[in-house]
Amino acid sequence: MTTAAATTGARTAKTKPATMAQALGRALRDSMAEDPAVHVLGEDVGTLGGVFRITDGLAKEFGDDRCTDTPLAEAGILGAAVGMAMYGLRPVVEMQFDAFAYPAFEQLISHVAKMRNRTGGAMPLPITVRVPYGGGIGGVEHHSDSSEAYYMATPGLHVVTPATVDDAYGLLRASIASDDPVVFLEPKRLYWSKADWSPDAPADVEPIGRAVVRRPGRSATLITYGPSLPVCLEAAEAAVAEGWDLEVVDLRSLVPFDDETVAASVRRTGRAVVVHESTGFGGPGGEIAARITERCFHHLEAPVLRVAGFDIPYPPPMLERHHLPGVDRVLDAVARLQWEAEG
Amino acid sequence: MTVQELPGAAAYRPTPPPAWKPLTDPAPLLPDPEPYRVLGTDAAADADPELLLRLYAELVRGRRYNAQATALTKQGRLAVYPSSTGQEACEIAAALVLEERDWLFPSYRDTLAAVARGLDPVEALTLLRGDRHTGYDPREHRIAPLCTPLATQLPHAVGLAHAARLKGDDVVALAMVGDGGTSEGDFHEALNFAAVWRAPVVFLVQNNGFAISVPLAKQTAAPSLAHKAVGYGMPGRLVDGNDAVAVHQVLGEAVARARRGEGPTLVEAVTYRMDAHTNADDATRYRVDSEVETWRAHDPVKLLERELTGRGLLGEDGIEEAREAAERMAAALRERMNADPVLDPMDLFSHVYTEQTGQLREQAARLRAELEAERDRHDDHGAEAGR
Repeated sequence: MTTAAATTGARTAKTKPATMAQALGRALRDSMAEDPAVHVLGEDVGTLGGVFRITDGLAKEFGDDRCTDTPLAEAGILGAAVGMAMYGLRPVVEMQFDAFAYPAFEQLISHVAKMRNRTGGAMPLPITVRVPYGGGIGGVEHHSDSSEAYYMATPGLHVVTPATVDDAYGLLRASIASDDPVVFLEPKRLYWSKADWSPDAPADVEPIGRAVVRRPGRSATLITYGPSLPVCLEAAEAAVAEGWDLEVVDLRSLVPFDDETVAASVRRTGRAVVVHESTGFGGPGGEIAARITERCFHHLEAPVLRVAGFDIPYPPPMLERHHLPGVDRVLDAVARLQWEAEG
Repeated sequence: MTVQELPGAAAYRPTPPPAWKPLTDPAPLLPDPEPYRVLGTDAAADADPELLLRLYAELVRGRRYNAQATALTKQGRLAVYPSSTGQEACEIAAALVLEERDWLFPSYRDTLAAVARGLDPVEALTLLRGDRHTGYDPREHRIAPLCTPLATQLPHAVGLAHAARLKGDDVVALAMVGDGGTSEGDFHEALNFAAVWRAPVVFLVQNNGFAISVPLAKQTAAPSLAHKAVGYGMPGRLVDGNDAVAVHQVLGEAVARARRGEGPTLVEAVTYRMDAHTNADDATRYRVDSEVETWRAHDPVKLLERELTGRGLLGEDGIEEAREAAERMAAALRERMNADPVLDPMDLFSHVYTEQTGQLREQAARLRAELEAERDRHDDHGAEAGR
């Protein structure tokens, strides 16, 4: 199991608003300060500090050798990271945008995911691949994909995605500390979301693989992750007026999948909706719904429903609001959970 | 016109990073038009007799290894074998130029290089036998897993060499790829990274004429594969891949250069694959016998043998001795490969993650139950048969 790195202390009251982007940057900085094996590499991560400024200041603090601007070539970046990890380093790779990671897929699937297995456990690759993903920021094409299903379908990879400022810090620390490769999906439309947060006493570093109940409720469970968490929480508040008391589960880790937390919630509520902005067909929701059905069939009062992006290539920015699942679409699905009434 | 002379150049690149230098004269990077040769020339007289004899013994052993492994495919003991017969000089030289602390990044055809570097001949064949993907600990031998996807091991070599240098270690990585592999994107990206980072890497392209069935003329329009180096800003070297001494010298110089911190080199060894792509391939569909015969006259083992006998360093006894040593290796390999490997199906779940996920624990339990049921059925059969 992924080991949790030591936390720097208990939470104190000395918090102030911080963005997810700042928490991610702080996680990188703290990991690099603690372990000289941690190296950051990617396009624009050095002088510029990354196009989202996540790596801002790292090259200045740790030098070009620890935070390296590479040539623009994702397969080369990840392939070089494989060799670096083979020699005992802990590379953290930035893919800049979701669709920019595709040239590196062969390295990811054929080598990063499989090296431990290919070598009978002799050669683990502790690589973290940071992928800003998802839409909602008005990006033009190839800048808003949700590729999590591709990664989930590849044994050997952990797939992690934070939805809160605390988790951005804690899960990234845990990912870098993990001896397994981790695809760390950063919901880019939450980069500027804020929370009261103390960089001197960040939240606990959670082990990878645990989901968490963000809002307890009795009448149905919304299962979600990353960029759709705020949507679900808003929907849950809105549903109170309709008499629904919705529970919201934030998966945080897609691989490994926390069957226990999800099943326990659905057994309590008897109804479930999976919400994500990735496409529905062949998307993560199908797998999650199937797992719930296999484990909770006798507890279900209605079929498990999915609220996902449409099965279309990611739309141009002026139309993306029609594609992305919003509060209304979630509430519509919740209304459809009244299965008994229709029967 | 050099980069510096471009109008407005200063405006968009006011402060070049320290390592950046405009390439005013690419001539030192360009390969000689003719492959470098030693055997059969006056230069051969300068070669160390001890090295020549060692290369010879390894070539003879390698030739026999290829023949034995191909025979094992016919007996069903190997799933497949891509022979490197005809390319032994490249394989052996690649292994022998490296120090123990250096790393080798072989492709799937480079079993011989791994064995010549000291890997157990059976451990080198597990991938091709089908029992394990990699039968050895790469760190123990400093040999990366034999790589099946084309050219994808090249960026690994760059990253490892780069990491070693960052740690202050005096380590060189030698990465092997075929002529077809030079068309892959990873080849380009690896060479570019290596040159920009001045990584201590040597790239060895074994140009054996065909990527399965596709001849070099349909693979590239470059004057030679070694010429590709100049575009990345590293030297390209062209060598006769059947001349073991020449390959050893050229790779040796490239390794020394990398170790001195002068960056990567691309070496193209021009050779020929005497056998088909693998035992499963029919080479008569894409090449003519006369071409194969031409290359047979330029056989790497014969070339070296001729040199050694001509100089009185090797006699009939020595030739016989090398052959017998190779036979002993082949007999031992045959015997060990005839033993069925013992495999534990539960290992399927052992090395996917550091610790099994809940999902994998469930699946492992299912397989364990299936195996137990299978064993019970087998025991029942045995009991019935016994009655």
